[in-house]
Amino acid sequence: MNPDKIVKIPMGPQHPALKEPACFTISLNGEKLVDLDLRLGYNHRGIEKAAEERTYIQNIYLLERICGICSHSHTTCMIQCVEQIAGLEVPARGRWLRTMVGELERVHSHLLWLGVAAHEVGFDTLLMYSWRDREIVMDLLAAMTGNRVNYSFNLIGGAKLDITEEQKKDILKAVDALEERTKYYIEVATEETTLVARLSNVGYISLDDVMRIGVVGPTGRASGLDSDARKDDPYAAYDEIPFKVITDTHCDVYGRALVRMGELMESYKIIRYVLQNLPDGPIAVKAPRKIPAGEAISRYEAPRGEDVHYVRANGTDKPERMRVRAPTMVNLLAVPKMLKGDNLADVAITIAAIDPCFSCTDRAIRVSDYDGGNAKVMTWEETRQFSIDWYRKNGVDFTELNKRFANRIK
Amino acid sequence: MANEQAIQAELQEKFPYFSEKINVSGDRRIWAEVEPANFFEAFDYIVKKMDFPVLCIITGLDSGDNLELIYHLSRRDGTMLNLKTFIPKANPVHKTVMVDYFPGAELYERELVDLLGMRIEGLPEGNRYPLPDDWPEGQYPLRKDWTADILDKLDKQPEEK
Repeated sequence: MNPDKIVKIPMGPQHPALKEPACFTISLNGEKLVDLDLRLGYNHRGIEKAAEERTYIQNIYLLERICGICSHSHTTCMIQCVEQIAGLEVPARGRWLRTMVGELERVHSHLLWLGVAAHEVGFDTLLMYSWRDREIVMDLLAAMTGNRVNYSFNLIGGAKLDITEEQKKDILKAVDALEERTKYYIEVATEETTLVARLSNVGYISLDDVMRIGVVGPTGRASGLDSDARKDDPYAAYDEIPFKVITDTHCDVYGRALVRMGELMESYKIIRYVLQNLPDGPIAVKAPRKIPAGEAISRYEAPRGEDVHYVRANGTDKPERMRVRAPTMVNLLAVPKMLKGDNLADVAITIAAIDPCFSCTDRAIRVSDYDGGNAKVMTWEETRQFSIDWYRKNGVDFTELNKRFANRIK
Repeated sequence: MANEQAIQAELQEKFPYFSEKINVSGDRRIWAEVEPANFFEAFDYIVKKMDFPVLCIITGLDSGDNLELIYHLSRRDGTMLNLKTFIPKANPVHKTVMVDYFPGAELYERELVDLLGMRIEGLPEGNRYPLPDDWPEGQYPLRKDWTADILDKLDKQPEEK
């Protein structure tokens, strides 16, 4: 290989493939990718440090904002640690409701992914379809919790809200509709030859490499790795609910699409099972404000893979340390392996196929206008005046122009 | 809990220094502590001989005079062994586990370097993570004595030249 022929292209941080910042420096030989260099951290917000300065109650809301998609995943994972340390026994109904919101979250995340993936390969009809259907589940979440995202459904010790009979009926009806639509998408994905051809053998990664790197979630399961925190380290109500772990042996983007759609069908079953077998009783127990000293680790199968949270308590109402690992953090390391030898045009879909989330991964960038605690809020007028002054200082003055316009209006 | 206790017993028998330093906190959760000098002997045995093929995360903490590292290892069946070691802040050096054991540990170790000021020997050259390239040197945000206003004192550089 002649090194003179290698062309380096920076993709990002602002990105053609993603809505979040990350920099992939791609080395190309002709159309073929020979190397990929990752620079991450553009979404680092200092959440782990911030968590140490806040109470457990405040941290529920802070950690919910790690990610707009898997918000319920992160809070549940953290709260499970705290409950374990405090020795709280969450009532069955609380655990079952948590499970259901978790699965509704998985449904909206996977439908969102399907749309993004379809868009990356130029199949925008599927994007419009799947995002329209995603609205069904967003409406359910909004009706149940009051919010489309960041539902704030969790409490330390259980769930915040109970479910009404009417909501149960609405959810069952919506799940029927979504199941019908998902069956149609599975049909499209397996029979639409253009789509199958576009996704097959793209972003290949073997089971060996998946295990070596430690890939998690649907990305790992699409390479045949039978691993799912809901089965391996059951939490909430997963040890009482029958469901299958979906795996596939295609090891490519096509396999990852099949796994996610299979998981959608399983989620519908879980949601139905929860609604039909929901135990009676309280939904939460009262939690102390101060959590006794101790430490715990908890795992949660978020839509994108396994979240791992570690909490250390020191006996006060604030944690000593909160540690968060989102699935993208390991899955990203598999991307260079997946892309080696592939075409430039495959980069976007391969990255999208791990369903990356950089907010989750980086968690912890300083807010640019942070000013020693005296953050300034500008009114609309002030903001407008600021921009006029800034442009004037830089040699752009609209004063004359404004006068002329004003005269014309008269 | 039989499974967890078997793991505990095996480690205590193999390495006497674990006798007081290992406990089972519940289903699938084992916590152990080891001196930095014995760390790799124990780590190698646990990962290779006792079948813990997954490194979930590495947690780094500031615990006063030491930096505490916790390696959260897991079996495929969900059993987790959390191996702790304390590295003195005066000389915060530890070897990498990325090269010989877990290539997926790269970002965890880079976090330890950036956020806690660890020096990880053997970690290959690469982009820093997660802090920005112009982050002031010697500022480790996850240390307990670090507060965000330190940055404002340092941050007196003019916006435009």
